[in-house]
Amino acid sequence: MTTFWLTILILGVTGLLAAVVLYAVAKKFYVYEDPRIAEVEELLPGANCGGCGFKGCHDFATACATATSLEGLNCPGAGKGGMDAIGILLGMTVTAGIRKVATLTCSGGCAKRPLVNKFSGPASCSIEASVYSGETLCAYGCLGGGDCVRACPHGAMHINPETLLPEVDSARCTGCGVCVKACPRSLMRLSEVPQSYHTVVRVACANHDRGPAAMKACEVSCIGCGKCKKACENGAISIDRFCASIDPTICNRCGACVEVCPRQTILVKQIAEFQRQ
Amino acid sequence: MSQELIISGSPHIHTRDSVDRRMWNVVIALLPALAVALWVFGLSALWITLLAVGACMATEWIIERYCFRRPCTLTNGSAIITGLLLAFNLPNILPWWMVIIGAVVAIGIGKMSFGGLGCNIWNPALVGRVFLLLSFPAAMTTWDPAVSSGLMQAVHTGASGVDAETGATLLATLKNSGHAIDMSRVDWLTLGIGDMNGSLGEVGSLAILIGLVWMLITRVITWHIPVAVLGSAALLSWATGANPGLELLAGGLMLGAVFMATDYVTSPMTHWGQIIYGVLIGVLTIIIRRWGAYPEGVSFAILLGNSVTPLINKYCRPRRFGMRKIRKEVAA
Amino acid sequence: MKTFTFRKGGIHPPQCKNTAEMPITPAPQAPLLTLLLSQSIGAPSKPVVKPGDKVAAGQPIAEPGGFVGAWVHSPCAGTVKKIETVRTPQGYPAEALTIERDPQSTEVFSYPPMNPADASSEDLVARVREAGIVGLGGATFPTSVKLTPPKGMTPRCVILNGAECEPYLTCDDRLMREHAPEIAEGAFCLMRAVGVRHCYIGIEDNKPEAIAAMREAASQYSGMEVCVLRAKYPQGGEKQLIAAILGREVPSGALPVSVGAVVDNVATAFAVQQAVVLGKPLTGRVLTITGEGALNPGNYYVELGTPLTSLLQTDERVDKIIGGGPMMGRAMSNLDTPTTKGLSGVLTMCLGSMPDIQPCIRCGACYSACPMGLEPMLLARQSENSDWEYAARSGVMDCIECGSCAYTCPSNRRLLDWIRYSKTQVRKLKS
Repeated sequence: MTTFWLTILILGVTGLLAAVVLYAVAKKFYVYEDPRIAEVEELLPGANCGGCGFKGCHDFATACATATSLEGLNCPGAGKGGMDAIGILLGMTVTAGIRKVATLTCSGGCAKRPLVNKFSGPASCSIEASVYSGETLCAYGCLGGGDCVRACPHGAMHINPETLLPEVDSARCTGCGVCVKACPRSLMRLSEVPQSYHTVVRVACANHDRGPAAMKACEVSCIGCGKCKKACENGAISIDRFCASIDPTICNRCGACVEVCPRQTILVKQIAEFQRQ
Repeated sequence: MSQELIISGSPHIHTRDSVDRRMWNVVIALLPALAVALWVFGLSALWITLLAVGACMATEWIIERYCFRRPCTLTNGSAIITGLLLAFNLPNILPWWMVIIGAVVAIGIGKMSFGGLGCNIWNPALVGRVFLLLSFPAAMTTWDPAVSSGLMQAVHTGASGVDAETGATLLATLKNSGHAIDMSRVDWLTLGIGDMNGSLGEVGSLAILIGLVWMLITRVITWHIPVAVLGSAALLSWATGANPGLELLAGGLMLGAVFMATDYVTSPMTHWGQIIYGVLIGVLTIIIRRWGAYPEGVSFAILLGNSVTPLINKYCRPRRFGMRKIRKEVAA
Repeated sequence: MKTFTFRKGGIHPPQCKNTAEMPITPAPQAPLLTLLLSQSIGAPSKPVVKPGDKVAAGQPIAEPGGFVGAWVHSPCAGTVKKIETVRTPQGYPAEALTIERDPQSTEVFSYPPMNPADASSEDLVARVREAGIVGLGGATFPTSVKLTPPKGMTPRCVILNGAECEPYLTCDDRLMREHAPEIAEGAFCLMRAVGVRHCYIGIEDNKPEAIAAMREAASQYSGMEVCVLRAKYPQGGEKQLIAAILGREVPSGALPVSVGAVVDNVATAFAVQQAVVLGKPLTGRVLTITGEGALNPGNYYVELGTPLTSLLQTDERVDKIIGGGPMMGRAMSNLDTPTTKGLSGVLTMCLGSMPDIQPCIRCGACYSACPMGLEPMLLARQSENSDWEYAARSGVMDCIECGSCAYTCPSNRRLLDWIRYSKTQVRKLKS
């Protein structure tokens, strides 16, 4: 019987001591954090993509909770619905940010660009680009190693099994720009999509070679012929070193350039409504 | 030139060494010990070995094929080594289904659950063996009474105060007799050749040494781990008053030091780390044998050594060129 | 005989120096030379001639693009045709000048010859710079920059690198056998330029003829000594060479001059001698054509800008062509490219197929092979996980990219590819 009581006594005292210590430590090291930070963070995707310009979702939530106005604060991953919810939570009005979508500046899929040699090494574009110019004659195009796909924090990219080029799922793309940094050839570019449009018209080529060389390398390369520039009424197209580019802020999506392009290089991409995952 | 050019980063030449070459050389090195097992235990040894190797290969194939869905890796020989080593750690009269359970645990849990070759923390064969030892302690320590050599009888009759039952290993006899056996009755040559009872592979110490020499010649392993394990074990047993020779030859220490502790995946990378690891295993083995409940401690010692390998790797880093000391911050 | 070597790591790849007994022969002169404007480390050179200009052999045609940069000279007399974009051996676009040879013209441009014994250090360095001399071992670092040590550092000796530890290559070996007096005089010029009294010439013990020839030539100068090195890769790595000869380790991240050494290749010393004593700028170099698939193996003196297609005759089976040696050279995807200052050899290989990559078995072979005491397996893994900060702390920037780790890996893992990637990322992170 003594053993029984002794056990209860010892365990009880130990438990009591532990409780006191835990309480004291919790009191001493308590850090006050605005509870709204956690609430805002709940509304964020939690991918820490950096699309808002802050280091991670927590930093952005802190910035929102401590800000006096939500102007300039926008989480592309939360979408309009998410930002509105944050605005309601904090009692502030949300100014809509301009939506950005990543697009690939290359359309030379494997049927369009003949392979001229074979790369043997790790499946990483960055490594391949550091070794040489790639398996095709185009020293500017997509290598198809998928660094961007692996980098995407929102699962918005995949490699198309037919063309072996990466594709962006615009409904998921937040425009955070992680893929832009991952691409060793800087082929992923962010296009602004103003509210009134649901398309992006882009020159899907980054080849700066002269016409003949570019033609030899790829069926759909930009040869810098300038027909699109002449066709554009708004002057949105410029040509730099034998490669055209379209300024999406001036472009009115008329599609005149698409029709005149002899190389089918200018593509229209439908941008789907952003859906929060 | 008509071929398509291959492009890759430097270097463009490669040593003729390969994982396959190393693994198959280990298999060759294991053959003398297998031959001794066949001679001592007869066909039952062959049966256990084939069963263990077959079950290991089958488990690996099934998991690679249906769980990982990646190309089969059986040709690199690592599953065969695991199977052989597992069989070498079993008594020859173990029921067949226990051998299969051991093989499935060794490959399935010991190796594949971590991601396959190169990812495991513990030596797969020992995981299987220890699993069997803890699950079926009786079966794993029941030795074939038919195996009874002159050496065993000599030792048994010499062991005072011990029931001279046949079918016990030398180490168990030693432990039961409180290390009080008549050393003059021990025939060292018979002991070295391995004409005694025990697990399949552990009896033939000389055959294991031949395997060690083969692995050293083919540069599959370096001397550091076996020498550290055997040296430290001999030294500690001598210091505690036992006969070092008997400790080295009588149990699984030789097998463990040469084939199991030297497993690449679970041993440290640098030579200094390997020496520390070896000494740890040697010392732990003798401590378990001396003061633990088991007559044999090599398996546990090696598994414990495996467990601290990442720690050893962290602190025994190579000295960087142009650095006076290994910088502390790097280790952090 | 005392042989020197470095202590840590290293490997012994098969030598394959099949062309060692073939004397240096001049390569056929091409009618059209293409001179890349970026033949050295640093900013690309800027052309100083226009298309249509007549140039003499040896006339400077492009000036350095910055302090770290080099002059480019025309190897032949002729006419500048155009400045155009060509492809490098790796397929990337690069600016180049093309010169059409004029077989009738014998016009030669040269600098006034100097006597190294009484020329000042500044004059010698200036001459090395205006002659467009860069490290001919393959690194193509401008030699004049190397000869101008940063403030506060005093060089104590010049080390001439004749190790040629790369398998297959024999150009330095042949140069030492055939032009030992010139190399020794070049070494003397370098000693005068740096202002030191000692010069060590490191040669691996697999080149006994070169050692004998250099010994004889070096005996003409006081303070010049031939050090026999044990054949081991990467004996010719700058830091390994210094460790072998001086017994001192260049601290991590520091220049070799911090332990008092200025290291130059023997081919560079030869070029320096030509520039100083004869006034000839760097317009050509010796290169080795070798490998299983080369139909015309040998050591050739080629004019810079000679197209590779006119130099190289290959077998049907060739499936890999490397500029440089097999350990550190770069695979070429484009043969329609000119020779450059940094090209020490063209190696043709018939691989057939590449062995499979297997999982790392943590055998530690790369640890033992690394001459810099790094942990290649760990660095590669950090790179695969994009953990650049950890990689930087683990010393990835100390890697000399010798390739010993990837050579020795039994699993055939592409360790160096990942480590090289990690280095570029860490460099990006720092800037």
